[in-house]
Amino acid sequence: MKKDIILQLSVRSIRLNFLRSVLAAIGIVIGVVAIASMGMMGANMTMSVTEQLSAMANVLVVKADTGGGGGFFGGGPGESSGTISKKTSSSSVSTKDYITKSEFDDLLRAAGKYGTVYPLYQTSDKIQVGDNQGRAAIYGMREDDMASVLIVDQGELPKSAGSVVVGPTLADRQGLTLGSRITIGDATKNESVQKFRVVGILKQKGMSMDLNSDNGIIMPEKSYVGIVGGMEQYDQVNVIVSDIKNINTTKSAITDQLNRKKNVVSIQDSSRMLESITSTVGTLTTFVMAIAGISLLVAAISIFNVMMMSVTERIREIGILRSIGTQKSEIRRMFLYEAIILGLVGAGIGAIMSVILGWLVVLAMVGTTDYFFTYQSLIYVPVSMTIGIAICIFSGVYPAWRAANLDPIEALRAE
Amino acid sequence: MQDIPVIELNDVSKIYPLLSGDVVALDHLSIRIDRGEFVAIMGPSGSGKSTLLNQIGGLDVPTSGVLKITGKNIRHMSDIELTDLRLNAIGYIFQKFNLIPLLTAYENVEYPYILKHRDNDTTGRVSRLLADVGIDRKMAEHKPAELSGGQQQRVAVARALVNDPDILLCDEPTGNLDTKTGGQIMDMLTDLNRQGRTVIIVTHDPLVGERAERIIRIKDGKVEGS
Repeated sequence: MKKDIILQLSVRSIRLNFLRSVLAAIGIVIGVVAIASMGMMGANMTMSVTEQLSAMANVLVVKADTGGGGGFFGGGPGESSGTISKKTSSSSVSTKDYITKSEFDDLLRAAGKYGTVYPLYQTSDKIQVGDNQGRAAIYGMREDDMASVLIVDQGELPKSAGSVVVGPTLADRQGLTLGSRITIGDATKNESVQKFRVVGILKQKGMSMDLNSDNGIIMPEKSYVGIVGGMEQYDQVNVIVSDIKNINTTKSAITDQLNRKKNVVSIQDSSRMLESITSTVGTLTTFVMAIAGISLLVAAISIFNVMMMSVTERIREIGILRSIGTQKSEIRRMFLYEAIILGLVGAGIGAIMSVILGWLVVLAMVGTTDYFFTYQSLIYVPVSMTIGIAICIFSGVYPAWRAANLDPIEALRAE
Repeated sequence: MQDIPVIELNDVSKIYPLLSGDVVALDHLSIRIDRGEFVAIMGPSGSGKSTLLNQIGGLDVPTSGVLKITGKNIRHMSDIELTDLRLNAIGYIFQKFNLIPLLTAYENVEYPYILKHRDNDTTGRVSRLLADVGIDRKMAEHKPAELSGGQQQRVAVARALVNDPDILLCDEPTGNLDTKTGGQIMDMLTDLNRQGRTVIIVTHDPLVGERAERIIRIKDGKVEGS
């Protein structure tokens, strides 16, 4: 059996100074565990958030292109918080801020095969329930669309002109129940004021881009036009794509159909929001990992210290080895092996521990370990192991170089 | 082969430059040692014999002059070549034994063999050498610290011989031993010389010097007489 005598010397040196070596390796263990578990936490958080957000990622919101370009972040709800949209009057006559019926038909033709396409009127107005006054988002929808898009928790969808459904958050806040009456409109501003009866309360939907129904009042198209006006001048058209893979296909189909000559509509999807959130989580993860990295730096210094002590202690031995014919490169190798062994042992133990500890951290911080055993999450184990070993080798380089370049005569003279 | 001296110094000087002025350790020294000789290099401390030993042992190179070890001029050798020379051509025996503390006696002897052959000894040479110097199998499993001085020096002799060197270079080989054990080591070296090995001993002990065939006396970096 062939054995590497240089490796043997390294192993024995570690064994001889066992406690010192163990302490140095523990430094690496801690560093590897810290980096790996923080990385895994970040990865799990990203995946969990992405999963939650992609529930709404299949929605495209199409609006009239007013030439303004960007600034759509947040989608519909943000814009609906203004006052009643002025349908006909605009400072610039050439641009309109609604989608016409014919444009909607084009949209339907382009995107209809990929999912549900429905138009939406929306505004926000003053409401009054009993003595309570407030504001609410008001949506107008075609009755067929209501049936396919809305999910009613209590009651039913409005069938007559005087009835509406409300979102659960609004219902809670205003104390609305089935049969409550809402007055919509601001009499002080000479608007038409109408009373509506609540016939249904919607199921909680959560944050979404297309239709923020939780906090809104939804009424049939006719009733909406009755208050606001602008029949078939839709504020937005929502496309719910059945298969999320077709999002981009759908987008380009709409662009081809409507925006060929000039930009008639602008299309928003949630990818930008998703990107922004995942990148925020990513930044946070990097930051936390950098802090964890400091522990590896400390470990590196401790390895360096151990190696330097080893060199100093073994100066005479190095002198002997050199004088009886050991090459500089072999001395170098001897000390590098020592560093590598410490690194391998430390990183190995660290890897096992980081799986256990990482699992606990993810459970505590993210709340779910559904994504723990995925590639994106577990990749941090080998990554941090590699970093740990690399740091060990790196901190072994100088001591090894010093050992190799000792003057053998001087080294032999050492006590 | 017989014509080429194992060691040949021709006008060799070694100067250590210091801030306070150059120190001349070897001053135009010329020595010739032939194969199979048993030579003692003697001189008081500070005479330059350690420096001379380092030059002959390939641990250091002269400042000027020609120093040939087995016919090769070492003055322009690289560190790698010098290290190879130490491994293959020179067997070192030190005053302080200088065994590797991490290795057993057996492994200490095997170590230079492995460096040279890149493999463990399967020929039984290591065991044979240990037996020759009187270290039994059980003792060979011990670490140097567990052996007596005499035993350590025996192991060191076996180690020096393992790569069959041209020269056995001994630096005060009995300096750390009692008279009896020292005598045994000297007997061993004398035997080796009779078997045809070149033995060079550096010492200031006249009793050791007496055993040699030839004494080279050094003083102030110069040969005093032989």
